[in-house]
Amino acid sequence: MEDDLLICRCEEVTRSEVEEAIRMGLRTVNEIKRFTRAGFGLCQGKTCGRLICDILIREADMAPSEVLPGTSRPPVRPIPTRVLANRVSKEDE
Amino acid sequence: MQKTEIAVIGAGPAGLAAAIEAARAGAQVTLIDENERPGGQLFKQIHKFFGSKEHRAGTRGVEIGVDLLEEAKRVGVITRLNTVVYGLYHDKCLGLACGDHSEDLQTQAIILATGASENVLAFPGWTLPGVMGAGAAQTLINIHRVLPGRRILMVGAGNVGLIVTYQLLQAGAEVVAIIEGLPVIGGYGVHASKVRRAGVPILTSHTIVSAEGGESVERAVIAQVDNRWQVLCGTEQTLEVDTVCLAVGLSPLAELAWMAGCRFSHVPTLGGWVPLHDQDMQTSVPGIYIAGDVAGIEEASTAMEEGRLAGLAAAGTLCHLSPEVGEIKKSEVRDRLAALRWGGFGEGRAVAKRQIIEARCEA
Repeated sequence: MEDDLLICRCEEVTRSEVEEAIRMGLRTVNEIKRFTRAGFGLCQGKTCGRLICDILIREADMAPSEVLPGTSRPPVRPIPTRVLANRVSKEDE
Repeated sequence: MQKTEIAVIGAGPAGLAAAIEAARAGAQVTLIDENERPGGQLFKQIHKFFGSKEHRAGTRGVEIGVDLLEEAKRVGVITRLNTVVYGLYHDKCLGLACGDHSEDLQTQAIILATGASENVLAFPGWTLPGVMGAGAAQTLINIHRVLPGRRILMVGAGNVGLIVTYQLLQAGAEVVAIIEGLPVIGGYGVHASKVRRAGVPILTSHTIVSAEGGESVERAVIAQVDNRWQVLCGTEQTLEVDTVCLAVGLSPLAELAWMAGCRFSHVPTLGGWVPLHDQDMQTSVPGIYIAGDVAGIEEASTAMEEGRLAGLAAAGTLCHLSPEVGEIKKSEVRDRLAALRWGGFGEGRAVAKRQIIEARCEA
């Protein structure tokens, strides 16, 4: 398969970049994310996360149950910072 | 801070059923969904459901959706649409984003009914406009009444691939072929027969090699694979298509459960990483329940029963049902669930579910 195949569309990370990271010894989705930025974009890895797990399973010869998804943190959806900053506190009547 | 007894996240079949059951027992229930309309994927299900009469077999998903919405209103469920639950914090407090502001919602119990997301395949050309999830194509035709394309290649012969193919035909598109990487068709025979009778070939042991085109998809190359998914040289063929639909499985959308610290297990039959749950659909974190696809990929009918179970259990924990009455009602739901997980397709899921419950009890 071609080397410049996009894996993470948001951050434009290719398959060969992910494989290179694995050759350098990275073995988790979180490590690959920090090193290549795959999964750091707008969709927060919702599309590429599973593709990266599959590449790890194949290239690093890992069992699917050894490959955890990336850490989930708030916000789980892309939300403008101004919305988070505009925190309204309503009291129950 | 705003408060609610039970927050149900996701207003699809599982979430609606959970909210109705909990509210009917007397709990104060807030049902939250990020979309502008409730119903999740139910309003896309224009086909008739299977099962027995209690499971509303023969009824279309759309009709079940309308009934659930009316019932939710009648029993006093507070529904908040266009509202994203962006975080789950300690002591079961939720962060909500709604319009131009965010707010906190303090809950006593949470039912996660967040559903699933579609898997993709990465092949040369997969980022071209015209390559999309089969579920996305189904949303386009059945909700928005827009044809995604004229000539379509469907990748995947599970139930999603088969059903969406038939609905694309009904919507006026041509489905050139369904290809399936495995040597066998994954979906129900009744759905496969239907698309074959309509003239759509199903090519097993075939994969997509590439999608090609300038601005968008103009053609797709497919080829035969061996039993180790290696393309057999010389079997490539080019199909003139403008759309490639990917029906290659779903993954539970479980970010909020990870965030809450729930324990997980990797169960391929159920779509990958799934939060462990007990017989009441309670996760390893007390007061946090799950139902529907987030608890393992199944069907709308099982999602509704799991929702009812979670709703009864959460309401019971908050003393809205006596333990005796709660147990009777829950065991009725469990019987119906067992009946749904029957036969060649259901048995595997039944076994996987039992393993999850056992692992949860040992955890």
